[in-house]
Amino acid sequence: MSAAEPDRGASGHFEESWAGLLREGLGLTVQPGARQRLTARTAELLRRAWQGDPVSTVAAEEAGTLLVDAHYTDPSVLARAVELLHAHPVPKGRGPAVAGAFAAGWAAALRERTLRDQEEIRAATDTARQSAERSLRATEARFRALFENAPIGIGIGDLQGNILEVNRALLDIFGGRMEELRGRRVTDLVHPEDEPGTWLAYDELVRGERERFECTKPYYRKDGEVVWTHLTCSLIRDEELVPHYQVALLEDITDRYRLEERLRHQATHDTLTGLPNRAAFIDRLERLFRAPRADARFGICYLDLDGFKFVNDSLGHGAGDELLVAVARRLETAMTPLGHLVARLGGDEFVVLLERSRGQQDAVTVAKAALSALATPFPVADRRLSVRASVGVLERSVATTTPEAAVRAADLTLYRAKEAGRGRWTLFDPGHHAREVTRYAMSVRMPAALERGEFFVDYQPLCTLSDGSLAAVEALVRWRHPDFGVLSPDDFIATAEQTGMIMRLGRWVLEEACGQAAEWVRRFGTAAPQVNVNVSVHQARDARLAADIGRVLRSSGLDPRLLQLEITESAVLRSDDDSMPTLRSLADAGITLAVDDFGTGWSALGYLGELPVSGLKIAGSFLADTHRPEAAAQQSWRVIEGLVSLARALGVNVTAEGVETAADAERLRAMGCDWGQGWHFGRPARPGEITRRITQELRRMAGHEDTDYYSE
Amino acid sequence: MQRSLSWVPPGTDPDRPNAARIYDYFLGGSHNFPADREMARQAISLWPDLPMIMRSNRAFLRRAVQYLAGEGITRFLDLGSGIPTFGAVHEVAQEVRPDARVVYVDMDPVAVAHSRLLVRDDPLVEVVQADVRDPHGLLAQAPVAELLRPGEPVAVLLVAVLHFVPDEADPAGIVATLRDVLPPGSALALSHASLEGRPDQAGPHQELYARTRTPLTMRSRAQITAYFDGFELVEPGVVYLPEWRPETPDAVGPHPERMTGLAGVGRRP
Repeated sequence: MSAAEPDRGASGHFEESWAGLLREGLGLTVQPGARQRLTARTAELLRRAWQGDPVSTVAAEEAGTLLVDAHYTDPSVLARAVELLHAHPVPKGRGPAVAGAFAAGWAAALRERTLRDQEEIRAATDTARQSAERSLRATEARFRALFENAPIGIGIGDLQGNILEVNRALLDIFGGRMEELRGRRVTDLVHPEDEPGTWLAYDELVRGERERFECTKPYYRKDGEVVWTHLTCSLIRDEELVPHYQVALLEDITDRYRLEERLRHQATHDTLTGLPNRAAFIDRLERLFRAPRADARFGICYLDLDGFKFVNDSLGHGAGDELLVAVARRLETAMTPLGHLVARLGGDEFVVLLERSRGQQDAVTVAKAALSALATPFPVADRRLSVRASVGVLERSVATTTPEAAVRAADLTLYRAKEAGRGRWTLFDPGHHAREVTRYAMSVRMPAALERGEFFVDYQPLCTLSDGSLAAVEALVRWRHPDFGVLSPDDFIATAEQTGMIMRLGRWVLEEACGQAAEWVRRFGTAAPQVNVNVSVHQARDARLAADIGRVLRSSGLDPRLLQLEITESAVLRSDDDSMPTLRSLADAGITLAVDDFGTGWSALGYLGELPVSGLKIAGSFLADTHRPEAAAQQSWRVIEGLVSLARALGVNVTAEGVETAADAERLRAMGCDWGQGWHFGRPARPGEITRRITQELRRMAGHEDTDYYSE
Repeated sequence: MQRSLSWVPPGTDPDRPNAARIYDYFLGGSHNFPADREMARQAISLWPDLPMIMRSNRAFLRRAVQYLAGEGITRFLDLGSGIPTFGAVHEVAQEVRPDARVVYVDMDPVAVAHSRLLVRDDPLVEVVQADVRDPHGLLAQAPVAELLRPGEPVAVLLVAVLHFVPDEADPAGIVATLRDVLPPGSALALSHASLEGRPDQAGPHQELYARTRTPLTMRSRAQITAYFDGFELVEPGVVYLPEWRPETPDAVGPHPERMTGLAGVGRRP
């Protein structure tokens, strides 16, 4: 056995250990075939190293290199290998030299490999980055083209407000060149008409407190014109969500904006005079009420030209329009410097709105100023027209009213001004106004109330003074108002007359009363009372009244002689020609007429001869006066006596109204009065109450007298 | 636009740890940067077995490819191939079947560039940059479509990949999409980090990977086995990495569960 040759047993042991080393760890990942070849080759090299003389360091180094090339790069592999090489019994201390050479070879190879790996990964990284950047550039080129050619204006700025990039569409909007915009600041682009809040939103955006905002924003173009845009401004953040840029998208909406403005102007301005219209006035007024100070006051002057209709009728509508325009200019000239809004409400009605007022005096001053502005004659249609106007002045604390109520009140005050005589101003009167408002509220509700059955009819007895028996009943319409309770005719008839509602209401009362009277006739025959129905001035003058009554009588089947119409004296007096034919035709049909409230007219009594009147009703006020102090009472009784004797002389039935005591009834009977009506004989009552009363009277007569009554 | 100042294409930033380069470091390679090594060292300090686990996984890949090539498969689709430093699929497969074709797929541009460098002389190998989370896009890539076109069996390798696909991206759906286009006789080789074996390590390790572009989702054995729906598992089924067809019984080692990764191979009937 050569000294240089390890014994066979040791050699076999070494190869086995060597193969084991290469199977472990990373060796698992190496293919078994390749691994076996590597094991054999390296073992062979090492053997050669030991056997060489001198020691073949080259072979040992090559073994180390091969291991690294086969991915045995783990330092623990080197440690184990050196350990194995040392443990192998080789002659003359060759072991350390071989192990050293092997380690050197391994280390050098690892260094080479590491450098190569690093180079590769760097090259791969560069390649990857270049190719990614190439595709990024392609993408960027596409985006750049998109940016440049977008039909919408796009601008990019930093968070300090410096404009960095703008596209062509944006330049077109601004009418400038790139050099003029780049480097300018976003905040230079302020415009006096910017929506409030625009720059607040902008500040929040650049502080990173909001992601975007949208608004309509005007800009000055380079040529000084204003361009209106729809602006969307967004914040751009990086991957870590740190904001870096702002991007503005601007759409030129100037044409649309101007059209909208025109439409808005048309909607809020009167085309003839160019003044704000009713809608604009109401809008301004309502704005006062939105968030008023506690002590805020305002004023409204409703102004209406007196006799404008005359101008139109006599000089033509052209002249009328000319006058309205001139009036508008005068009012505008007088009021605008004071800061008051002048609006045309329509026709010849104008209004001045004092958005701030310190008291009534302010509003009155305005009204006076308005009237004096119109004092100088107007040169219209080659004439000098003197124009006067009436003004309704309302001055209120914002807290005490509403826009609607204020407008209504000012309107009603204007009517009072007109009624009071023209060419003057009238100040709103709350007390008067309350009445007006109630009347107004009632008139508005009345048609619906009639349909809902809120009206009903009570009947008040008219009794024969000689025996106290029931002769007739007066139908009195009542309104069970949901807010005001039961209203008597005094409360709403005047309103019904004004609104024209009286015709429908009167027809309804007639139907109701005639139907009820017919019912009593069916039940009690001749014991049924006559029914008296009031007919108002309007009704009496309306040619349809006769036809209405004829229809009602036919449908109820009531004998016309059982229907008496009560007409007020004043109505008859005023009615002259208009009502006479109607009243005559009614009388011809067998219906009787009575003059109501007789004596209050204090006028010529001659008409009584002209009228087909069969009854007079002496106004209750006379009897009421008899209960006053002695002198007045005597005076009243004398009047009543005169009226009774007049009636008797005319041969008509006479009824005293307001009979409250038995003594009065007796005195009236004694002076020859036929019937009495009043609390003494019974208050207005429901039909059922009247029915009971008739029944009672019939019983009483049956008890005290013979029963002949029924045999009829 | 937010990138216009200093934009680095994803995966090419050496300052940001990258799963493919970390894997290379674990395998003893030097295809990595300081940031990768830093993170790998942190991971190892938390879990010293990691390099061993990675090697075990790599060894599974090798055995699986060897097995499949031995079964006659000559078409391999390696998804999430990473940096193919050594024991690369085409080397292993061609050892058995010199006509074996391989398409490497990775989303990482560096891994792709590196792979192209390595295989540029092999006409049977293609490298594709694609994202496994978009299987339809992946299948539409010409080299992949070409691999599948003749209708011959294809082995799909999803080795240590699906745990980088979060639940929201529907990994089971991805596997099913791929499965449905595979010709009969095709195969799926899959390994996956599991919650079992070392549950104590799962949390910290996932947190660490959350810093990369590819966070880690460990899954249960049942979840991993379910990926083989529609495949017939070959023996020994889904097992710990070293337990899958070891070359020698002692190669399994005393504690295969320490390798925590589960692996299996299935065939399309």
